[in-house]
Amino acid sequence: MKIRIKFTKTGRLRFIGHLDVMRYFQKLMRRAGVDIRYSEGFSPHQIMSFAQPLGLGDTSEGEYVDIDVLSTASSEEMIRRLNEAGKEEIRILKYVKIADETRRSNAMSNVAAADYRVYFRGGLPDSNMLAAFFAQENIPVSKKTKTKEEIVDIRPLIYDWGLEEEGLFLRLSAGSAANLKPDTVMEAWNAFSQKEGQAAEAGHSEGGTQSFPYHFHRLELYARREGQLIPLYALGEEIKEESAE
Amino acid sequence: MKELALSEEILLRVEKPARYIGGEINAVIKDPSQVDIRFAFCFPDVYEIGMSHLGIQILYDMFNRREDVWCERVYSPWPDLDRIMRDEHIPLYALESQDPIRDFDFLGITIQYEMCYTNILQVLDLSGIPLWAAERTERDTIVIGGGPCTYNPEPLAPFFDLFYIGEGETQYDALFDLYKEYKKGGKSREDFLLACASIPGIYVPSLYAPSYKEDGTLAAFTPIAEGVPAKVRKELVLSMDEAPYPDKPLVPLMQVTQDRVTLEIQRGCIRGCRFCQAGQIYRPVRERSLDFLKEQAIRMLESTGCEEITLSSLSSSDYSKLKELVYFLIDETHVRHVNISLPSLRIDAFSLDVMSKVQDIKKSSLTFAPEAGTQRLRDVINKGLTEEDILRGASEAFKGGWNKVKLYFMLGQPTETDEDVRGIAELAERIAEVYYEIPKEERHGKCQITSSTSFFVPKPFTPFQWAPMNTAEEFLRKAYLVKHTMRSQLNQKSLRYHYHEADVSMLEAALARGDRRLAPVIYRAYRKGCIFDAWDEYFSNEKWMEAFAEEGVDMDFYSVRERDLDELLPWDFIDCGVTKQFLKKEYERALQGIVTPNCREQCNGCGAAVFGGGVCFENKN
Ligand code: SF4
Repeated sequence: MKIRIKFTKTGRLRFIGHLDVMRYFQKLMRRAGVDIRYSEGFSPHQIMSFAQPLGLGDTSEGEYVDIDVLSTASSEEMIRRLNEAGKEEIRILKYVKIADETRRSNAMSNVAAADYRVYFRGGLPDSNMLAAFFAQENIPVSKKTKTKEEIVDIRPLIYDWGLEEEGLFLRLSAGSAANLKPDTVMEAWNAFSQKEGQAAEAGHSEGGTQSFPYHFHRLELYARREGQLIPLYALGEEIKEESAE
Repeated sequence: MKELALSEEILLRVEKPARYIGGEINAVIKDPSQVDIRFAFCFPDVYEIGMSHLGIQILYDMFNRREDVWCERVYSPWPDLDRIMRDEHIPLYALESQDPIRDFDFLGITIQYEMCYTNILQVLDLSGIPLWAAERTERDTIVIGGGPCTYNPEPLAPFFDLFYIGEGETQYDALFDLYKEYKKGGKSREDFLLACASIPGIYVPSLYAPSYKEDGTLAAFTPIAEGVPAKVRKELVLSMDEAPYPDKPLVPLMQVTQDRVTLEIQRGCIRGCRFCQAGQIYRPVRERSLDFLKEQAIRMLESTGCEEITLSSLSSSDYSKLKELVYFLIDETHVRHVNISLPSLRIDAFSLDVMSKVQDIKKSSLTFAPEAGTQRLRDVINKGLTEEDILRGASEAFKGGWNKVKLYFMLGQPTETDEDVRGIAELAERIAEVYYEIPKEERHGKCQITSSTSFFVPKPFTPFQWAPMNTAEEFLRKAYLVKHTMRSQLNQKSLRYHYHEADVSMLEAALARGDRRLAPVIYRAYRKGCIFDAWDEYFSNEKWMEAFAEEGVDMDFYSVRERDLDELLPWDFIDCGVTKQFLKKEYERALQGIVTPNCREQCNGCGAAVFGGGVCFENKN
């Protein structure tokens, strides 16, 4: 049976890397007594696949891992057990059963978009300038690969944006097809605001000289179904007490 | 969420920030206002190494069982963070509470190897605790050292308020109770330290004074206050099943050197290899019962979720119920999908069977530690492993499908000749020959025999504590001789050889058998920027040599010099059970090439029976 788990990564645990998160879950499965499926061989490993690694230092309330289990209790019970055995900084939010065919294209390859909130350590940027930035028809950024450097337009990969009280909301294309990281957007914004800002006030941007001016918080990951973006967990269904096996 | 001591900005600037955030699974959080004693436990090396250490896990658990104590942990910040903390005046803090160490009652430092001595100063310095114990005042944290290096604590003596000699399980309760009394009664630090001297196993270095002869050797080492014992006897646990052992070991959030559950099956070793310090200082052997270990293994696997379990002991093959334990663990780990990693077992039918069940033969290798290249020298060092054992073991293993062998040797042991040195390569060659004697169709490709040599460093409380040590030049000449001899073997293509630079071993030797006059050298080396000496990329022999020269201390006096059998040694005031007389006898037997049977074959009256337990009393009641 395929299970999709949605979880958070917050607080001090934002400083552990992606591989550490994987190791964390492997141990969590054992502590919580999840009847997970193992591979064969001398060093059996759990069948587990994570969606979209998060950058070190970033936080999230929309992380996903898919697992294979042999049996399971209800969603409610499993969430309780996992949270009891786990840390509060990695909280399990959803535990749903997904159809086998959904799983075949696993959590990783399901991803089509991601929502982020960008916090500004040096205060919110000027909303007019921000609007001007997103109003551009093209936002070219240079992308380095191993062999060459090419210019790509990231504007079509920005699906939505909005300035909120706490920070900047971004909905970006994600996944294996066309992945846009929020860092890339903010680098482009930096370049834009510096250029504009210089013309306007000859001062420096809201990031100032800080080396880490932004904090990225992921809100949700989406899959695309019939043209619609739906949260990854919504592809599955809750396991009710009666139907637990 | 509790705030972190380091800013987000710093954490993102350093390598592996997970080293500094605490929050591990099973970490203990208490309300500081509800405890009487704050204890910071330090392993003075990087987090990944320190978190892999069993001793801290045991004492961390034991201390925290007391309601009035909150024990936390601290490790050496890696040089990148070290720099930042100095530049920005950030005090070193404990991982659990993120509170500064200098506000703690105790800083306990486990001293596992000589090359961490400068890291001890780093930890004190970053904490803002005066490096010299004599400069500490009432408000300062009390610094206590423990671990194997405290069997000669003298080079570090001026940096510590207290040393705990022996196994921590027995006297910390008495120490904490005394401290509470002292704190309540408003007594001075001095009063407290003096009172500590009466606790068994506690050594208070400031209460002893050495004097020296003209030739530089120790003339006397005496207590300078009333009621301070002239000798400090090591502490040890007699009933291993009753000693505390963590049900819920800490589980790190990042990858550490040994990411697994450790089951300590016994302490001590019955085999008195004459170069080995652990084999003497942990005498007598004491086993944990099979039932205890079975239950403990399951409890720890369940509370940690670890994917691997390992056994810890100096010589697992000598554990009397090893077969039952290992087969039990194989079954248990199989159903739990947990790996079992076995420390090097003596190679025989049993261990080959076990290894074939738990490892991938094609990838794994067999390990032998002959320690010397010829039977003559193996007799000198009392290594009861014969060439016949090795060749038979290798032959069985090769037939079972293995084709990789690792061999460990030491260069520079007493009486070693060039013939012994060449013997290393020749033994490797004979193992390769055994492989190629197997019919070609039954072999699995080529074999690979990897030999590694380390340089022999004489250690306190061993029969070789008086022995001279080779010079660095001599070591390197011998290493080249091994290499050269390997090259002239028939199967040289199947032989590999590793050795390392000799400088670190020379320094290790000086510190291991040193006295208090080395403290200023350590201090100076630290001031010159030496930290993480155990790490090749940070070790600077040059700075250390400058430190010796500037302090006017002759390193050779401590490292290579042969000691007179009657010399008063800096560690003679410690009583580890094993008598000096026994060690002398063993040294003499070594020089004559006479082997001494192990404790189970025959008791040799080493002195450790005074503790009244362990192997010395097996089958005696
Ligand atoms: S007294 Fe005898 S049995 Fe006990 S440790 Fe010493 S040699 Fe071994």
